[in-house]
Amino acid sequence: MLEARGLGYRLGERWLLRGVDLRVAPGEFWAILGPNGSGKTTLLRLLAGDLRPTEGEVALLGVPLSAYSPEGLARRRAVLSQFRELTFPFTAYEVAFLGRLPHLQGRREGPEDHGKVREALERARALPLQGRVFLTLSGGEAMRVETARLLAQQPELFLLDEPTNHLDPRYTLELLALFRALATSGKGVVAVLHDLNLAALYADRLLLKEGRPLALGTPEEVLRPELLEEAYQVPFRVLGGPKGPRLVLALPAEVVGDG
Amino acid sequence: MTQPLPSGARTGRYRLALLALALLLPLCLLLGAGLGAYPIPPLEIPGILLRGEGVEYQVLTALRFPRVLGAAAVGALLALAGAVLQGLFRNPLVDPGLIGVTSGAALGAAVSLVLLPGVALLAAYTLHLFAFLGGLLATWLLWRVARTPLGTQVTVLLLAGIALNALVGALLGVAVFLADDQQLRSLTFWTLGGFSEVTWGFLFPALPLGLLSSLLLLPLARPLNALALGEREAFHLGVDPERLKRRAILGSALGVGTAVALAGGVGFIGLVAPHLFRLLAGPDHRFLLPGAALLGASLAVVADLLARTLVAPAEMPVGVLTALIGGPFFLYLVLRYKREVYRA
Repeated sequence: MLEARGLGYRLGERWLLRGVDLRVAPGEFWAILGPNGSGKTTLLRLLAGDLRPTEGEVALLGVPLSAYSPEGLARRRAVLSQFRELTFPFTAYEVAFLGRLPHLQGRREGPEDHGKVREALERARALPLQGRVFLTLSGGEAMRVETARLLAQQPELFLLDEPTNHLDPRYTLELLALFRALATSGKGVVAVLHDLNLAALYADRLLLKEGRPLALGTPEEVLRPELLEEAYQVPFRVLGGPKGPRLVLALPAEVVGDG
Repeated sequence: MTQPLPSGARTGRYRLALLALALLLPLCLLLGAGLGAYPIPPLEIPGILLRGEGVEYQVLTALRFPRVLGAAAVGALLALAGAVLQGLFRNPLVDPGLIGVTSGAALGAAVSLVLLPGVALLAAYTLHLFAFLGGLLATWLLWRVARTPLGTQVTVLLLAGIALNALVGALLGVAVFLADDQQLRSLTFWTLGGFSEVTWGFLFPALPLGLLSSLLLLPLARPLNALALGEREAFHLGVDPERLKRRAILGSALGVGTAVALAGGVGFIGLVAPHLFRLLAGPDHRFLLPGAALLGASLAVVADLLARTLVAPAEMPVGVLTALIGGPFFLYLVLRYKREVYRA
């Protein structure tokens, strides 16, 4: 559904990322991993169509991004960004309703649009928040409302930029489980994640990069200590075993030496 | 801070506010048309119009109506542009003057009054035409400055606007220095603003321009709602931010240019009206844009009425009155903002 070929982005003289190929099929949850400054957010912005690649091309449902109108693109992909600000005292409901915008070109909103917004709020467990002013919500509450906005948008592809930032463990698991379920139902999900183990728990495919791609594959293939050490420049150790979930942990060199 | 509402949609509240404002405007218009140096009972106005003759009919149609309708049009255009620009700059403290129209128009007026007093381009319309063109030119200049390869930068536009305002202030100083007493008086009164010179002859050419501005601005409501989340998020929701900016700035420059050409520097209505509507109902631009326009129209008519009657038989410049009321209100908004953001 989403295909990137030979993707590169240059800012001035510096290549922020280069040589990225990926192919997201319906039903897949992709996690993009990598150290700070490795161009993860840049990659997501290229996939979202915010930025035009310096080289290579991104295609969504077989059509290059550059051929879409902004509304056409918004009907097929939704983006959850890190950065949240709101100027005016809109209610949570009004924010979630903005997700219907790309579907309202040249027509008035109808009861079915409001129905879809309520459904989305329900599914994101944000219905009790609907009358609250968005700016007064806590980080976790605001993220649920934003998730409802993405659901109301009814896209084929979800792009998430560090969606679990500032969330406590419960909301983190709930949010990722929700997007996992969406992927399983046939949507595509691409998320920039910092937590390697969460990525392993929820994603089918991992892309580890530091400017250029280092590894691409299933969690078992990518989360190997030697690859992670190359990416993050710290020692890693694998915990857990064949029965429980397999976990990776970054450890200071002296602790690893003792073990 | 804000108590939870039963439903987050608030549509009922928005509709009620719009309805109330739609009823308020004709009331203000009747009062404005009736009261003044030659008082006519407002309730008798429809009867007088039906009769179509007499002194009262003459006063109404030749003097009061163009003035009151002119005030309403100016108030509506300023408030609509103010609401759109506050949404575009995502800052509730933005005044339509920030995109350079007002200072450009003042400079245009000064040029026509002081430097080119003999030029009678389109006779009586010279001053208004210069003000209108000066306003558009200033906005176009700011727009050019704010263009970058990464899109139009709203912050650059604001900063350039401050620089332009300073420069125009200096040039107005030069004009004042060069002016004779009569010119000085005309210029001063023009910058203070007022509706005493609005006649049908000025109103008719202004009407299509005002309509064009409204047609450009009113459909921007939904994209402006999306823009409240941020420029990138608006794009993710299908809004083309560059097209939105172009259309919002062009429509606002046309509207404010027309308003300033009609009435000079009537301040604060464009800032205050959108705020009052947000306090009354909420920030949804689909209701805010028409609501602010209706409210701005009523505010301008009432301000003109007060300016005519408070110190009768003399007349106070409307700009002085709106600034006297708008200044403290603006300070109140700043204090509220301070409380909300810095909890102090």
